Amino acid sequence: MNIRLSDAIVVGGGLVGAAIALGLRDAGLDTVLLDEGDIAHRASRGNFGLVWVQSKGLGAPWYQRWTRGSAGEWSALAADLAARTGLDLALRQPGGVHLCLSEEEFADRAARMAQMQAEAGNHGFEYRMIRRDELAAMLPGLGPAVVGASFTPYDGHASPLALLQALHRAFTEGGGAYVPEAKVRGGSAAPRDFRVETAAGAFAAPRIVLAAGLGNAELAPLFGLRAPVRPQRGQILVTERARPVLPMPTTTIRQTGEGTIMLGDSMEEVGFDTGQSPPVMAQIAQRAALSFPWIADLNIVRAWSALRVMAPDGLPIYDQSERFPGAFTANCHSGVTLAGAHARLLAPMIAAGSLDPVLAPFSARRFDVPAAA
Amino acid sequence: MFRPRPEARPATVSVLVEGRAVAVPEGASAAAAMLLAGLIATRESAVSGAPRGPLCLMGVCFDCLAEIDGVPNRQACMVPVAPGMRILRQRGAREALR
Repeated sequence: MNIRLSDAIVVGGGLVGAAIALGLRDAGLDTVLLDEGDIAHRASRGNFGLVWVQSKGLGAPWYQRWTRGSAGEWSALAADLAARTGLDLALRQPGGVHLCLSEEEFADRAARMAQMQAEAGNHGFEYRMIRRDELAAMLPGLGPAVVGASFTPYDGHASPLALLQALHRAFTEGGGAYVPEAKVRGGSAAPRDFRVETAAGAFAAPRIVLAAGLGNAELAPLFGLRAPVRPQRGQILVTERARPVLPMPTTTIRQTGEGTIMLGDSMEEVGFDTGQSPPVMAQIAQRAALSFPWIADLNIVRAWSALRVMAPDGLPIYDQSERFPGAFTANCHSGVTLAGAHARLLAPMIAAGSLDPVLAPFSARRFDVPAAA
Repeated sequence: MFRPRPEARPATVSVLVEGRAVAVPEGASAAAAMLLAGLIATRESAVSGAPRGPLCLMGVCFDCLAEIDGVPNRQACMVPVAPGMRILRQRGAREALR
């Protein structure tokens, strides 16, 4: 039987897998990227497109640092991909705001930001709580319901579809092997010796990276790893195109490079149900119209839902198998934000054979601690 | 390219296309009014500014977008004319905040 041998196998052709595969290829490894087909649950095609820092890592400063590190890598990633593929990722990092629609929300947000700054220690965490009057001068047509916002200079946004396309193109044009319709049916593992069976044939390599999103939960145990991820649904509404009006993204509203305004985002625990629900859509629209009343005059032209890849504590999971060294797993719900880190920081660690200690807190071993009696 | 057929449907409704009065039959669409006014490229696309005109005339292609009675980005083929209707070309993306 014909087995394709390579230096590395990446399972999962979404944003996480493609970013890691590109990084491995750039490190000189013969890399095979295994993907499913069009009907796969694909968070990467439903993404909102924020490159977002300010809400990440309360009580987990290592996550805040990793996220900010990734946002810092993004401009080099976007420039590199643009040079290699000619694709414009529409990256803008002007900072971003989280709008507060009541004094209570403002006070909660202020407390959260203060705690994140304290936890950041001497790594620093720049932010400002901005009151309505100053904010109204920054954001055109701000609604009277907005009492203020938190601002950090680290935030931004980009086109997630352009990112996915650019990662794939740079990977394959750089000599990587992309194999679609190759859902992994089974595999076998020994230290630095992995084999997977797929609908598109068998593959073997001394390194394997599981980046199959929600599929990781089932795959990981085959390779001595754990990935206890669950789906969390998010819904998005998109308006008709308008001339540039929003100078920066908010947590739930952003204007794309082509002019559409995207409205998010819900967090629903509904299993693998990828449907949409009018009450949630109405809630998203209502909050957007409270934030910027002029949004109510724009037509909604598209709406969809997608499933986030969510760990029990909401943080990413990165691991190398103790039992089968050479097997890695990467899981997160921020494939856009973390693309910079995945391609330019994580992939080189995997190529070198060990995860840096900064990633130790992201191990799934954190879930093994028994609950206090 | 297009000619009226008064023997079949008399032009009884007067509308304004780009400020110019045009007589069209009752029940005609705003897109038809623009075509009868001699416009072929009735809008400029939102991203590249390329010229576009009504194509499917049945509500599918969105290439007939126009500003009708002050409302931008309307599908002109789906809007029946009314006396005095003001129809303007859609020039690129609309303003969000007007």
